[in-house]
Amino acid sequence: MTPETQISEYQALRNSAFLRRGRILAGIMQAALFSCAALSVLITGAIIWVLVTESLPFFQQVPFWDFLTDTEWTPVFTEAHYGILPLLTATFWAAGIAMAVATPLGLILSVYLSEFAKPSVREALKPILEMLAAVPTVVFGYFALLFLTPLAKQFIPGLSGFNLLVPGFVMGMMILPYVVSISEDAMRAVPMSLREGAFAIGMSRVQMAFQVVIPGAFSGVTAAYLLGFSRAVGETMVVAIAAGQNPNLTGDPREGAATITAYIVQMSLGDLPHGSLAYSTIFAAGLVLFVITLFFNLTGFFLRRKFREAY
Amino acid sequence: MNEALHIASPAVTTPTPLSPEATIRARVSNLDFWYSKFQALHSVSMPIHNNKVTAIIGPSGCGKSTLLRCFNRIHDLYPGARYEGAIELMPDGLNLVSRSVDPILVRLMVGMVFQKPNPFPKSIFENVASGLYVRGLRNRSEVEGRVEKALKQAAIWDEVQDRLKKPAYELSGGQQQRLCIARALAPEPKLLLLDEPTSALDPIATAKIESLIADLAHDVTVVIVTHNMGQAARISDQTAFMHMGKLIEFGETEQIFTNPTVDQTRDYITGRFG
Repeated sequence: MTPETQISEYQALRNSAFLRRGRILAGIMQAALFSCAALSVLITGAIIWVLVTESLPFFQQVPFWDFLTDTEWTPVFTEAHYGILPLLTATFWAAGIAMAVATPLGLILSVYLSEFAKPSVREALKPILEMLAAVPTVVFGYFALLFLTPLAKQFIPGLSGFNLLVPGFVMGMMILPYVVSISEDAMRAVPMSLREGAFAIGMSRVQMAFQVVIPGAFSGVTAAYLLGFSRAVGETMVVAIAAGQNPNLTGDPREGAATITAYIVQMSLGDLPHGSLAYSTIFAAGLVLFVITLFFNLTGFFLRRKFREAY
Repeated sequence: MNEALHIASPAVTTPTPLSPEATIRARVSNLDFWYSKFQALHSVSMPIHNNKVTAIIGPSGCGKSTLLRCFNRIHDLYPGARYEGAIELMPDGLNLVSRSVDPILVRLMVGMVFQKPNPFPKSIFENVASGLYVRGLRNRSEVEGRVEKALKQAAIWDEVQDRLKKPAYELSGGQQQRLCIARALAPEPKLLLLDEPTSALDPIATAKIESLIADLAHDVTVVIVTHNMGQAARISDQTAFMHMGKLIEFGETEQIFTNPTVDQTRDYITGRFG
């Protein structure tokens, strides 16, 4: 073949209407996909921008040190206090209780699903468990307030109508599907050769699960719990409904106390004048929430990446 | 010695002594094996000689790994596995594949090393000790002694003695495989099964493991599956040639490789098929 015919063949291909259409279509698809991806990044960026700019007036008037150390949060009182501690402790109480429920249950369930359940049982159980995640959170909230709290009052003396204990427990049930789903994935990603090695050394299935599979899936399981915790911290409806809306620095989870999210809901419902200091407290509280969940999500993200690379 | 040993752990006690004239460690007789409907082994019978290396060779899919995995009942992990016939462990004649024999107890007497190194996600020390813990051994100094002995037997002690607390994943592939050999040796098994132990390793690591296997036969009876005929010729005392789930020929390694009695064996060894 001479160089001339090669060039002309290339030119012919280049000029083919069919191939040109394909090139244009591929370009359009790529642009569409890119703009979808860019949109989600833009929205995240916009949220951060709004949180930061709207909370700036707050931090210009309230010293940051007072914000962190003041033990009262009373932004709409005449003698206003702006200490985030009551909201923060309530948030961590509720999320901590949720984790106390979800950690042991989640571990047992995911070990059962990945190591003990027959495939047919697993296929039946997982969708049922995932249905828990499909229940609207407002339903969980009223379930906690109107059903579980009255029930729990019979066993727990001194339990208030609004309290941190019951919504914490309910949130634990709520994050269970996430925790189980991610940690079960991590456990199943542990190679079969490790399980065979464990059996070959004479381990029982229980020993294999706890001495080989869980250590092997450790970073993934930890990531699951971090993400679950982050979700519990950001959860709104359950605590807003069942934990009360009174900022209350307390060490007793039987009392009601407003979490950060509950406070934001409460303030957003009222008619606060735009630009007032009370209005900007919403964004200051939101910023704190954002920083906490971002921290746990990032930690979980890096751990998950680590376990993907392990094998 | 720890009291728990005698009760919970037959394999940790000294191996049952064989009388000097008894040279058979295990005897496979008329062994059939099924994966659900598929029959993978057809009436296999062969002896495993005591303190010798027995190699099982044959083309891919011939059932050599399947046969090896019967010795420690690892097939029991997967539903549908079914054995018929016997693998008798001498001198007691315990049938390892009998339904009435607990597979976990079988695995306490038979150690195994796999194709790909599979160290547990633990430290080097804990890896080797795991088989001892499973048998109820808790005495710290005894565990340490056993771990050191096993690491020396597996010819890896010099490379790891300063970093026993480090994760096993930090070792190279060849070191990981020798660690797995140490893990299998620590409980002093009566049989050591090696399933293509060098297939994932480079030639240097392979040479190290081959010379190690020859030494191991002083202490333990070894059954090795390999697709590498040179390896079988170099390290084994007896060789079994399998094809299509059947044992075609069994004999002294030298005889199998120099003067096979069955044409199929000769064709395979000379590279005409496989």
